[in-house]
Amino acid sequence: MNGLVRTVAALLASLWLAAFAWGQGNLEINTPAIAALRGAMQQRHGQLAPFYASGAVGVARDGTIQVRDANAVPLAQRQQVSGLVSAENNDRAALYREIARANGHPEWEADVRNTFAQRWTERAQSGWYVQNASGQWARKP
Amino acid sequence: MTEPLRRIPILLAALPLAACVTINIYFPAAAAEKAADKIIDEVWQLQQDGQKKVEPPAGGEKKP
Repeated sequence: MNGLVRTVAALLASLWLAAFAWGQGNLEINTPAIAALRGAMQQRHGQLAPFYASGAVGVARDGTIQVRDANAVPLAQRQQVSGLVSAENNDRAALYREIARANGHPEWEADVRNTFAQRWTERAQSGWYVQNASGQWARKP
Repeated sequence: MTEPLRRIPILLAALPLAACVTINIYFPAAAAEKAADKIIDEVWQLQQDGQKKVEPPAGGEKKP
């Protein structure tokens, strides 16, 4: 009996450690839904990149992107830009939701969004416009 | 074998369950940041290993 108790204890201890390591390590981001969103966003980025560079589109503080200066876009392209921006924001919202769900915690959606918001603005490229915490737009040096 | 001793495995079995719940109730901020960076790299096509993005040759067809 003592041997059995010890075996069970050892087994459970290793399980606990594995669970702990997993819990601290990674979030699941490899589901088919997330992969599809990543692919769509990557594709769209090719079309959005010139508008980030011109300052027409900026990286907002809430994990979305926004048209911040429509005048920087030729009239003929304005509709295209707003379409791209809203498609991108739909995908981003779905991405945050899916990541939270894939990890078994739909209630994490807002936390996921906040984390992304912070990383998007921090990693925006030089010359792009990002929104600071008080809502002001600033050009990345 | 006494009865209380028999309960030890059951108690031990409850431990990791409790631990899992405790761990996952809190939002794993560091892991989320890592996940975000990975996705941002991909979406914005950034490279972290210092390599330049390999551009496909401009125009013309590739000959193997």
